[in-house]
Amino acid sequence: MSTPILSLQNVEKRFGKNHVLRGVSLDVEPGQSLVVIGGSGSGKSVMLKNALGLMTPDSGNILFNGEDVTQSRGKSRARMRERVGMLFQSGALFDSLTVWENVAFRLINSGVVSRSKAKDHAIETLRKVRLGTEVADLYPAEISGGMQKRVSLARSIISKPDLIFFDEPTTGLDPITADAINDLIIEQVRGLGAAAVTITHDMSSARKVADEVAMLFEGKIIWRGKASEVDNSGNPYVDQFVHGRAEGPIQPAI
Amino acid sequence: MNYLQDSDPVSNASTRKRGIPNPLAWIGAATLGLFSEIGQLAVFAARVKAAAFTPRWYVGQIWKQMVNIGFFSLPVVGMSAVFIGAALALNIYEGGSRYGAEQFVPSIVVLGITRELGATITGLMLAGRVSAGISAEIGAMRVTEQIDALESLSASPYRYLYAPRFLAALIALPLLVVVADVIGVMGGWLVSTQALGFDSTVYLRNTLDFVTRNDILTGLIKAVVFGGVIALMGCYQGDRSKAGATGVGRAATLSMVGAAVLVLATNYVMSTIFVEIGL
Repeated sequence: MSTPILSLQNVEKRFGKNHVLRGVSLDVEPGQSLVVIGGSGSGKSVMLKNALGLMTPDSGNILFNGEDVTQSRGKSRARMRERVGMLFQSGALFDSLTVWENVAFRLINSGVVSRSKAKDHAIETLRKVRLGTEVADLYPAEISGGMQKRVSLARSIISKPDLIFFDEPTTGLDPITADAINDLIIEQVRGLGAAAVTITHDMSSARKVADEVAMLFEGKIIWRGKASEVDNSGNPYVDQFVHGRAEGPIQPAI
Repeated sequence: MNYLQDSDPVSNASTRKRGIPNPLAWIGAATLGLFSEIGQLAVFAARVKAAAFTPRWYVGQIWKQMVNIGFFSLPVVGMSAVFIGAALALNIYEGGSRYGAEQFVPSIVVLGITRELGATITGLMLAGRVSAGISAEIGAMRVTEQIDALESLSASPYRYLYAPRFLAALIALPLLVVVADVIGVMGGWLVSTQALGFDSTVYLRNTLDFVTRNDILTGLIKAVVFGGVIALMGCYQGDRSKAGATGVGRAATLSMVGAAVLVLATNYVMSTIFVEIGL
């Protein structure tokens, strides 16, 4: 069995009295697409930010390609991040930069590529997410929400990462645009041969992009299985969630 | 009846907990909060300073911030300086005339502007325009995950966002203070010659004869410190901004108020030091 590209081992995270992650353990194999489902406030985004090093866990370990990066800083952390892409829930495009500068940010920032070459590379990557040259010089505020997600996807894949995190990639999009984003995620992740960790509560998105699905509930992974098994998991929590029922062991977050 | 009896202990406990705060507990919590805030600001300032004075520098970002902080502040600084200079001349004339000392108007105007008011007015104006602006911009970036995105793309927000603003403010403030000094003195000259009957040539000669290099230098030293304070407060409050319009608005308010108070406090401390060392 190969070394997992990402391994979370008993990760815990608190914010004051709010115990968000209560010992999350999760392995992601190279090339695998894992979708983590869970209700609002279940700790999905916090888990992702810990995995990416945007937050430091209170306890537990995070391994990237077998290397413990839990407490890593500076160059060691930068080396890991160079091999990881991230699509944020809000897109998180930089307002003050044009679309192509957003996409090519990592290349420009690395200083190894000239701006003109970085622009060519950005336009080529924008084409992969079905965006034409005409959007390259626009600012994020001048394009639609769906286009912003595509630009964010282009930014996350431009450096050909080994692992890509997707934080609610279809939130706020109409069903057709959401499906197009799902298709692009599958196409680009498979094309790169990268592993992907997607967090979502959109079950149609989860069914479409996942090889495996895990469910996070009250700060713990309570079920994991193949995407084809998610509708017949035999787990009452998963059943309630995937079928969107108000009645069941999970109390609605209202 | 039972309901009332049952509710009383809860009500009493609630009053004890929330209704009448224990003054000692409140003072203790406020003191701890203040020390915690000072500590966090000090750590933040040390990290910004380290990023500002070691490579790598984002020259494009520094230049962009210089234009924003320096060039676009010229109108507000110029307008403030001219009115302050003019009002200062009028008041000194009024006060001086009680002792037959009207002839000291040019000397006192230039002294007041270069040593004190040029830098202080510029600092206060920029606490409003620049510190609040930086805070709102960075706060909006924080709550829309742009700062997380920056880090995920291997760029340090300290180097890419905070250090350029800090360096730009350190450079731009003294330049703005030079402009404020010149315009402030000219405001005094304008009122003195047009309304108070001073001869233009004599006024300007008295001004130039009286002002010393140290008068100008003290204002410029203050300007550098004010620049650092203004940029740091903007970046610090923006970085800590809470989600939502309220969070960003609160960050902008806190940065403006904090920067203005710190400008005045550091001004007093520096004035004391300059007087002590004879500068």
